[in-house]
Amino acid sequence: MLELEDLRAGHGDFRLAAEWHLPAGRIAAVIGPSGGGKSTLLDAIAGFLAPEAGRVLWHGRDLGPLAPGERPVAMLFQDNNLFPHLTAAENVALALTPKRRLTAAQRAEVEAALARVGLEGFGARRPAELSGGQQGRVALARVLLQRKPLLLLDEPFSALGPAQRGEMLDLVAELARETGATVLMVSHAPEDARRIADAVVLVAEGRAQAPEPTERLFADPPPALRAYLG
Amino acid sequence: MAGVAGAVLLPLAAVVWRAGGAGWLSAGDWAAVRFSLTQAALSALLSVALAVPAARALARRRFPGRGALVTLLGAPFILPVVVAVLGLLAVFGQGGLASRALGLFGLPPLSIYGLHGVVLAHVFFNLPLATRLILQGWLTIPAERFRLAATLGLPPGAVFRLLEAPMLRRAVPGALVAIFVICLSSFAVALTLGGGPRATTVELAIYQAFRFEFDLGRAALLSVVQLALAGAAAALAARLALPPAMGAGLDRVTPRWDAARPWLRAQDAAWLALVAAFLLLPLAMIVARGLPGLAEMPPQVWRAAGFSLAVALASTALTLALALPLASRAGEGLAIAAIAVSPLVLGTGLFLILRPVASPGAVALPVTAAVNALMALPFALRVIRPELEAVRADYGRLCLSLGLRGRWFWTRVALPRLRRPLGFATGLTAALSAGDLGVIALFADPERATLPLQMYRLMGAYRMEAAAGAALLLLAMSLALFWVFDRGGHGA
Repeated sequence: MLELEDLRAGHGDFRLAAEWHLPAGRIAAVIGPSGGGKSTLLDAIAGFLAPEAGRVLWHGRDLGPLAPGERPVAMLFQDNNLFPHLTAAENVALALTPKRRLTAAQRAEVEAALARVGLEGFGARRPAELSGGQQGRVALARVLLQRKPLLLLDEPFSALGPAQRGEMLDLVAELARETGATVLMVSHAPEDARRIADAVVLVAEGRAQAPEPTERLFADPPPALRAYLG
Repeated sequence: MAGVAGAVLLPLAAVVWRAGGAGWLSAGDWAAVRFSLTQAALSALLSVALAVPAARALARRRFPGRGALVTLLGAPFILPVVVAVLGLLAVFGQGGLASRALGLFGLPPLSIYGLHGVVLAHVFFNLPLATRLILQGWLTIPAERFRLAATLGLPPGAVFRLLEAPMLRRAVPGALVAIFVICLSSFAVALTLGGGPRATTVELAIYQAFRFEFDLGRAALLSVVQLALAGAAAALAARLALPPAMGAGLDRVTPRWDAARPWLRAQDAAWLALVAAFLLLPLAMIVARGLPGLAEMPPQVWRAAGFSLAVALASTALTLALALPLASRAGEGLAIAAIAVSPLVLGTGLFLILRPVASPGAVALPVTAAVNALMALPFALRVIRPELEAVRADYGRLCLSLGLRGRWFWTRVALPRLRRPLGFATGLTAALSAGDLGVIALFADPERATLPLQMYRLMGAYRMEAAAGAALLLLAMSLALFWVFDRGGHGA
């Protein structure tokens, strides 16, 4: 279970407050207007932003003292999720080891992960030789091997067309179901939330509301969500 | 960082301490101060005045060979000073092309020695730099403005007044100060083309106090003067926020409708031809005179070439070792401050420190490598630092989330991403170091000379054929060093 205990974080004049919890294995969409604090929320959970007050807990354990790489968290960013000088396989392998040389077992794991996201035989290609959707799949293969129970998506598929974005989200949902991962995904599009999210976290005016079941929220939107949806 | 600070500050402390009991400046010293300022000011003014029309022509004309010309404008940066001086002598000297042409009309030959020779050489080196700086200014004017001017039917005069003059008011002072600072610390040019009471820079005076009078107190005192001059100029330069000299993207041409008139076209063509000839003729003469000279070279030249190669490689390694940690912290300010410290000042300080413990000749080559590394450091940082910052901005969070830290960050991410800038920076350092004639002149004994110094000795002994051969060898070595490192950065 992800718990945000009276969390307060921000930079400059901006402050975000959150106080809620999300049961493990759920997929929650984080939606709200630009500048409302969606990325701030993810940064605080991932450890890129130290909270001014409150705590982030995973299964009761305080994540505060842990560096981003030590947290039970994998994250995909809006862009630059792959190193352009490394091949797809090398990018994926970074989930297992920073070393250049892999053991036979590690190589097999990398190949299996690439195959799982539909990129069998693409391991030797560099990101520049892959389409946007394929790049997203490589990043997801790496997430798969990171084996972190919490996955944060900061709109990594926003540059894709609607059809490809839908495919990627379905893949995320599949992988999350298989691995039991908990997912928090930032989105601008309500249809993304309807597509795969069990719950929606509405972030607006410096507050991240507690997750609400997706269907219920969209059936009867509160004023802040209504203002955002227009 | 503390290491670099120490390497710069300790010699300075030694200089200041030694200068304490050395009395006050003589009339000759004041003349050196005046000459330094005069020649630097003249060099800066002439370089920029000639560069403005050249940059304008490059900014508004597209023609075959434009890319090659822009590349040529970058070449003087890695061209060894003594080599260029020899090339200029072959064109503008007493027995040079220009004098022979004058002779055909019964006119007396030119003399290149003295103030005008020093300024000529400085313009040769800095006209290209000024052209690149000002061309960059031209390319900052948005193309839409010129399109707007075209739809309004503005004549060239109005375009200049409305669009180009405001840009020049911003770009020209920066270029002037940059060149003034560079010329203020001129040593090799003054050594070869100046000299005498009327054409001695402070840097040259330090060398003379050292080598001819062996008056270390006076050398130290002059070093303090040089430090004050260069420090004041560097402070001025820092206030003007110098434009980046190595900027890419000079291959763009803004389409211009106001400049399509035939006489403007002819004017631009003539100007570019003149600049190209001014840069290319001396280089061509080095090759033409150097080829037969290769056979005349005494064996010491090859030995010196070996020393130069070793010095260049050592200082490149040292610059790299210093630049990477400094680029990731706030080390650039320190390195920029090092520009104010000239090689001769640093050399004087090191001499004072090392003399009690080692013979100067024995440490000549290591000291030269170290000083060259410090001198190249600001350029290397200027190339590497923005790229490293971009890597951190683009991939810093991804690295953190994957736990790529410390040596893994450097070996798997930073160094592979920095290949190109590292190749370019190491190429610059190696070429600069191989061609440098500065601190080696203070320390060298007859046994140990680098190639530039050996070449200067041959010139001093009027063995001009052998010197021309050595110049060609040095030119080839500098270009080859730059090329090899820069290529290495472009990957397989």
